[in-house]
Amino acid sequence: MTVSTTTRSAAELTAQARDVLGVSRLTNRALTSWLHGLPGVDQVGCEGRVAGLGTRSIKTTSKAWAIDTAISMIDLTTLEGSDTPGKVRSLCAKALVPDPLDPTTPRPAAICVYGDMVATAKTALGDSGIHVAAVATAFPSGRASMAVKLADTRDAVKAGADEIDMVIDRGAFLSGDYLTVFNQITEVKQACGDAHLKVIMETGELVTYDNVRRASYLSMLAGGDFIKTSTGKIQPAATLPVTLVMLEAVRDWRDLTGVQVGVKPAGGIRTTKDAIKYLVMVSEIAGEDWLTPEWFRFGASGLLNDLLLQRQKLATGAYSGADYVTID
Amino acid sequence: MSRLDVRKTYKLYIGGKFPRSESGRSYAVQSASGEFLANASMGSRKDVRDAVVAARAAFGGWAAATPYNRGQVLYRVAEVLEGRRAQFVDEVAAGEGLTARAAAGVVDAAVDRVVWYAGWTDKIAQVLGNLNPVAGPYFNVSAPEPTGVVGVLAPQASSLLGLVSVVAPVIASGNTVVVVSSAARPLPAVTLGEVLATSDVPGGVVNIVTAQTAEVATWLAAHRDVNAIDLTGVAGAEGVDWAGLEAEAAGNLKRVLRPQVANGEPVEPDWTAAPGLERIRAFVETKTVWHPKGL
Repeated sequence: MTVSTTTRSAAELTAQARDVLGVSRLTNRALTSWLHGLPGVDQVGCEGRVAGLGTRSIKTTSKAWAIDTAISMIDLTTLEGSDTPGKVRSLCAKALVPDPLDPTTPRPAAICVYGDMVATAKTALGDSGIHVAAVATAFPSGRASMAVKLADTRDAVKAGADEIDMVIDRGAFLSGDYLTVFNQITEVKQACGDAHLKVIMETGELVTYDNVRRASYLSMLAGGDFIKTSTGKIQPAATLPVTLVMLEAVRDWRDLTGVQVGVKPAGGIRTTKDAIKYLVMVSEIAGEDWLTPEWFRFGASGLLNDLLLQRQKLATGAYSGADYVTID
Repeated sequence: MSRLDVRKTYKLYIGGKFPRSESGRSYAVQSASGEFLANASMGSRKDVRDAVVAARAAFGGWAAATPYNRGQVLYRVAEVLEGRRAQFVDEVAAGEGLTARAAAGVVDAAVDRVVWYAGWTDKIAQVLGNLNPVAGPYFNVSAPEPTGVVGVLAPQASSLLGLVSVVAPVIASGNTVVVVSSAARPLPAVTLGEVLATSDVPGGVVNIVTAQTAEVATWLAAHRDVNAIDLTGVAGAEGVDWAGLEAEAAGNLKRVLRPQVANGEPVEPDWTAAPGLERIRAFVETKTVWHPKGL
């Protein structure tokens, strides 16, 4: 799997942002008026659309395809204070062979760990093609000085991370200091080098769908390669309506600038049924271009087991159980 | 002016809740003399699947409860069952075609059966376990532990006493259970669910699916997350392939409790007879532990 990283300097990103906004100088005022000029989200309409899409019935061969696609889109995640090298290695082993009973099972897209576990994961995964994603920038709160955030990012990249999941400064965003958020993302983007940048907006703390839309545009404007819903540490984490707003944003962004940005819902997606609802939504809202691991990911840990159980059910014809997958 | 009937909706009992069938289907239940009694939910394989998930989730807590506590809970079931006596007498009389007097006898026997198993919960280990004599300075202890999630095809004819007699022994030792009720006489099973829901039995320990036995039995027998199956309800069920169920159950080496057989055909046991320990013993696993003896 190839990931097309767009390595642009901070100056280029700022220049592009000026073009998009149609201003000569990128100020917080210009950003504010542009972000607040975005159309508001119709909350009832959005939730209604999600509920409607959620009723689609996906069966037989479509279901088999959806399960395999969803597995290949997973960022298999362990982000606990209690993570050990052994736990990371066992997670990597699971990514390499998700279902020992069935070698045709696809592999997940990436392993997502804290920065200090990147080297361990990298060694365990070898040249399998499975990416290593590292959360950085004082994950999950993002409350640290910029120097610390950048050092955190560089460390992870140096250790071999292919993807960096950064958190935005929600405090700055909510207090209307959009320029700070913009600058921080562009700086982290530079620190990433060739690594792919995913921008975590922590939608559970953004309160409104309008804010989600604004944060999405701001993240894309600042050069994020992916926009991601949540850290998984805050409730609510990923929800269908929030992801719908983000999918609309990446679709419209490509129309506006020609740049395609990926979407990653993370946290709270535990069942195959949920995952399939997301896939239906990706197809309907963003389009089939996004239905690949390159442009859509699930941040999850337990989801993989449920997908494997459903896969076994399709293969054997009998409902499977937790005895037939690993305990993570 | 006559008052309008307030009719009861008979639903499933899964995970401590009373959902309608996921399939949205229902079927008419008739009395023994052929009159319409009520519409019951017609459970599907997905309801069975949901029930197994609920039973699995409840297993850890129920198995870890002290046997003494399980006994108290079962006794409480008997108390609440007794409190609903009149309702059960009506349902059993209508469904099984008994006189009110005979039905009352059946309900009494069902209450007594629950009390009987309630008394057994903290004695199972004493009777089925053992301190084994070994040649060495060790204690060697064998103790029964619950098998896990048990699927039960409830008896077709005896809709309350039979049902209680197959469910109580399974949960007494700490198993959780998914019951497919009598297809033709499901109403007492649903009402029993209401008794369980109000008598300290944790949600998911007993899950009751009213369904056509032949339709869902295969899915229950094949389910990889079910550890044992009781085929009592094969007797008198329409279109159920007993051998086929055993073959499916072999898929994950389930324990199988076969129905009683007379003249080569499965038959329902006499539920009024003293129960014995067979049904408890069928759904426990023996764990043997070596422990060094100190001086």
